[in-house]
Amino acid sequence: MKISRDQVEHIALLARLEFSEKELEAFTRQMDNILTYFDKLKEVDTTLVEPTSHAIRVTNVFREDEVKKSIALDLSLKNAPEQEGNCFRVPKIIE
Amino acid sequence: MDLSTLTIHEAHERLKNRDFSAGELTQTLLKRIEEVEPKVKAYIIVTSEKALKEAEQADMIIAAGKIAPLTGIPLAIKDVLCTEGITTTCGSKILSNFVPVYDATVVRNLKRAGAITLGKANMDEFAMGSSTENSSFGHSHNPWDLSAIPGGSSGGSAAAVAADECIASLGTDTGGSIRQPASCCGVVGLKPTYGRVSRFGLIAFGSSLDQVGPLTKDVRDAALLMNVLAGYDPQDSTSVNKEVPDYTTFLKPDLKEITIGVAREYFIEGIDPEVEKAVREALNVLQSLGAKTVDIALPHTEYALPVYYLIAPAEASSNLARYDGVKYGFRTEKDENLTAMYKKTRSEGFGAEVKRRIMLGTYALSAGYYDAYYGKASQVRTLIRRDFEEAFKKCDVIVTPTTPTPAFKIGEKVDDPLQMYLSDIFTIPANLAGNPGISVPCGLTGNGLPIGLQVISGPFEEGKVLQTAFAYEQNTEWHVKKPKF
Repeated sequence: MKISRDQVEHIALLARLEFSEKELEAFTRQMDNILTYFDKLKEVDTTLVEPTSHAIRVTNVFREDEVKKSIALDLSLKNAPEQEGNCFRVPKIIE
Repeated sequence: MDLSTLTIHEAHERLKNRDFSAGELTQTLLKRIEEVEPKVKAYIIVTSEKALKEAEQADMIIAAGKIAPLTGIPLAIKDVLCTEGITTTCGSKILSNFVPVYDATVVRNLKRAGAITLGKANMDEFAMGSSTENSSFGHSHNPWDLSAIPGGSSGGSAAAVAADECIASLGTDTGGSIRQPASCCGVVGLKPTYGRVSRFGLIAFGSSLDQVGPLTKDVRDAALLMNVLAGYDPQDSTSVNKEVPDYTTFLKPDLKEITIGVAREYFIEGIDPEVEKAVREALNVLQSLGAKTVDIALPHTEYALPVYYLIAPAEASSNLARYDGVKYGFRTEKDENLTAMYKKTRSEGFGAEVKRRIMLGTYALSAGYYDAYYGKASQVRTLIRRDFEEAFKKCDVIVTPTTPTPAFKIGEKVDDPLQMYLSDIFTIPANLAGNPGISVPCGLTGNGLPIGLQVISGPFEEGKVLQTAFAYEQNTEWHVKKPKF
C-alpha cells in the first residue's frame, strides 16, 4: 500500500475535509491506485534537471503604488453568507 | 435557412447586409435553446432578457454603421468565467449562489466587441473532469449520441456549439478541456499559448496550466474570436505583453511552407483503430496540400499524465483553499465553531472528484512527500517542455489525434478515475509545455461519433495552428456535418 487510511485521514484534516467511513475506504483505495500509477515517474532520471513551475518564464511584475478605484464596500459584502455591520460574520473562534 | 446554424463570419455578413437584426438572430437562438435544451442540457443558466437587451444595443451600433466582426453575435460562456450580475457557479454547489461583481477580462473584451451572452455553459465542477458528469447541476449530453458524454470539462460549451444553441462559445483548457470536448462534439476548439489570453476573472484550477479559448463551428471563427480574446492584461501578471496579430491573415488555403511533425508516441497501443485511420487519412490530406512531414520524437510523452495529475491537483488544492464559507458562496448550516464550519462547508459543497484532487494535491505538497511527488513532477515537466523545443527545431506543427477514443457512454467511467484521466493523454502535454493546440473535426466513426485532429505549435505560433487547421478544413467536409437528434 502506498497510502494508509490513517494518512488519508490526516490529509483530510489538512485539507479541511471530512469523510464517512465508507468514503474514507473508497478514497484510500483510489488514492492508492493513483499513487501507484505515479511510480512511473521514478523511471525518469532527473538528476540536475531544473523544475518547471510555469510554462513561460515568469518574473516579478512591478507597478507604481497608486491608489485606484476598488470594489465598493456594499458590493464586496454582497456575496457573504452572513454579515454584520461592515463585517463578514463567522462562528465563534475563541472559546 | 435556420439562422442558428450560422458561423460568426456568416452571421456577420448578413447582419451587415441587414438581412436580419441582432434581435432576430438572438431570438432564433433562444427559441432553439428552448427546443433542444431538454435533450442536450448544455447550459446551467440562460440569460434571455439580458441577451435581448444586448441585442438591442448591438442593433443600434449596426444602425449607426459601426458593425465589428463580433457585433450582435450570440455566444455561450463557460460558467468558470466571472460575469457581472450573472451567477457563476463553476459547476459547483459551493458557488451555486455566487454573483460576481465584475466581469472576467475576456468577458469584458467580448462585450466591448459587441457580442451577446446567451448564458453560462455547463462544465465539470471546477473544470475537473473529461465528461461533464462532475457538474453539480446535472450532466450534459453529446448531440451526436445523447447517451454519450460531450467531453469535458467544457462539455456544455462544446455541446451548445454542436447543437446550434449558440453561434460559438468560450471554454477553458487546463489539460484538454477545450480540445477534448471539441473533438467529442465535432466542433473546433483552440487552446492558446499560456499567457496569450488573460486569466483575470477565470476561476482558478491549475494556475500554471489554465487558458481561455474559443469553441466554434469553423476555423475562421476561432481566428475571429482570438482577435478579441488575445492580449496583455495588467490584471493578470502571467499574461504576456506581446503584439497580437490579426489571426485571420493566417487563413491560407495551402501548406507549402509548413512542415508537420509526426510523433510515434501519439499512435500508441490502445488507440481506437477508427481514430488512428481518420488521423492517418488527415495527414494524407495535409500532404496533398503541400505540407512536408517529418518523424519526430517526444520521448517523455508517456510521463505527461502522471506529471499532470500531480501538478494540477497540487495547484488546485491551494487554489480551492479559498472556499471556506466566509466571504462568498455556500456555507453549511451546521457551523457550531469555525473549524467545523470550514470542514462541513467544504465537505457538503464540493463533489467527489474535486475532493479527490484536493486530497491528491494536499498529499503531493505535504511535508515529507513534496520532493518525491510535486518536485519530481516539476522536473519531468521540464523534460516534456524540452521534448517540444527539440521537436519544433525540425517542424512547424505537430499533428496528433485529439483523443485516443471517441466519446464514451455516460456513466461508463465514473467509478474509475484513472480510466477517466486517460481521456486527456494526448492533450495534456501542450498544457504542461504551454503550447497552443487546436482540435478540428476529421471524421466520424461507424457509430456516427466525431473524431478530432489535434494541431500543436510552438508558443505564440497560433497562426501556424490556425493555418494548418484551416487548410485541412477547407478541403474536407467534416466541419459542416450536423448531428441529428
